[in-house]
Amino acid sequence: MPQPTITLNIFRYRPEQDQEPGFQTYEVPYRTDWVVLDAINYIKDTLDGSLSYRWSCRMGICGSCGMMINGVPKLSCATFLKEYYPAPVRVEPLANFPVERDLVIVLDDFMQKLTSIKPWIIPKEAKPLSAGEYRQTPAELARYKQFSMCINCMLCYAACPVYGLEPRFLGPAAIALAQRYNLDSRDQGRSERQEVLATEEGIWDCTLVGECTTVCPAHVDPAGAIQQAKLATALDWVKGVLIPWGKR
Amino acid sequence: MAGSREPLWWLLFAAGGTVAAFLVPIHIALSGIAAPAGLLQETFAYDRMRALVSHPVSRFYLFVLIALPLFHWAHRFRFTLVDLGVHSARRLIAVLCYGTAVAGALATVAVLLTL
Amino acid sequence: MSAYRRAMPSTWWLRNRAYFLFMVRELTSVPIAVYLILLLLMVRKLAAGQEAYEAYLRFLATPGMVAFHLLALAAALFHAVTWINITPKVLVVRVGENRVPPALVAGANYAAWIVVSILIAWIVVRS
Repeated sequence: MPQPTITLNIFRYRPEQDQEPGFQTYEVPYRTDWVVLDAINYIKDTLDGSLSYRWSCRMGICGSCGMMINGVPKLSCATFLKEYYPAPVRVEPLANFPVERDLVIVLDDFMQKLTSIKPWIIPKEAKPLSAGEYRQTPAELARYKQFSMCINCMLCYAACPVYGLEPRFLGPAAIALAQRYNLDSRDQGRSERQEVLATEEGIWDCTLVGECTTVCPAHVDPAGAIQQAKLATALDWVKGVLIPWGKR
Repeated sequence: MAGSREPLWWLLFAAGGTVAAFLVPIHIALSGIAAPAGLLQETFAYDRMRALVSHPVSRFYLFVLIALPLFHWAHRFRFTLVDLGVHSARRLIAVLCYGTAVAGALATVAVLLTL
Repeated sequence: MSAYRRAMPSTWWLRNRAYFLFMVRELTSVPIAVYLILLLLMVRKLAAGQEAYEAYLRFLATPGMVAFHLLALAAALFHAVTWINITPKVLVVRVGENRVPPALVAGANYAAWIVVSILIAWIVVRS
């Protein structure tokens, strides 16, 4: 019996030779236990070594191999060919990001946004090492744990039309990460983060399309994080109106 | 104008959305569908309806019912226009949408005071 | 070498079902607002007198207005369902280490919605 095959239509962009990107079609062996990344690795190894893409762990941990698969942002290492077979599979770089080359996107903007919300614990007063560790109860951990599970795969940015329309929008993962630290009992840095968060390009541009949460492979629920940040910020504002002399 | 007041608009939006979700469907069914269909002729008889609506509690209720969802509309409509690509006029859109809602709320007060 | 940028067309909301339903959800606010203006007009006609009020009721019975109110009801119901489903995302209720399941928060809201609707209908019809 001949080996069955599946067709992959892959987005190609080589800036040194292409004015405009295009699609290239590859025929690869179809195996029920193969994910899209396996097929792309097969292309790279045996059919066309010029194809560029990012990947590392191939087990849903590193967050490197996000791609648009038939128009949906997915980790290519966690998306099986059998979900599409025998229809062809269209593979494109993550939407809403500039394309560096083939399936490789420019992620400078995302990295800059992540650091802008100061994703580290900011204590009111740093304790000396001799004072011991910052302790936390399981209940305090539970408050932010979900938002700490992000693997920085950027699928949520590719799913977010607000980010696509307004690249200055801080975006789902960065706001969820800010919320992760804001909810941490060891952290008192919220007012510093609010300078970035409580702005139009921060939380207020979000219209709660909700697709960030739908596509998140780590079940972080960035849409929920953003709404909770809006509510907390709105309550700050109410407090400021009712008690103008009070400190936040 | 919108920047520093976003929390105010968002709170009005959230309150209006809640009113629109919890109170509006039954009101549409009663006054928009059942009454014109002649199903509740006694209920919607002039004297009875006027007495019911004139009560101070009813008037306050009607203000909440009508005015808050106008801000809910203003907020959503503003961002729908932005999402549809009207980016250059963001400020103007915000002013027009919330301005319309404020005008609607004032008109609601005016009408409720004539009862 | 320059990066290739893909522009977002203003028809992005036709790209998939989720985006389309999002746009429908946002636009339900329009018929809801129009209905409330019509309700405000009804109050105005009540203040203007019996004749004006009854003429307004006849106007509401015209086919166009009936069609509009059926549309508005559908919009309001869609808004209510989507609103209640989103509520647990905003309001996180915790008991100790555990978060109250979002489905339970939404369920309580659905129950409250039904109770409030029955209460309003009872007050309007029976009072």
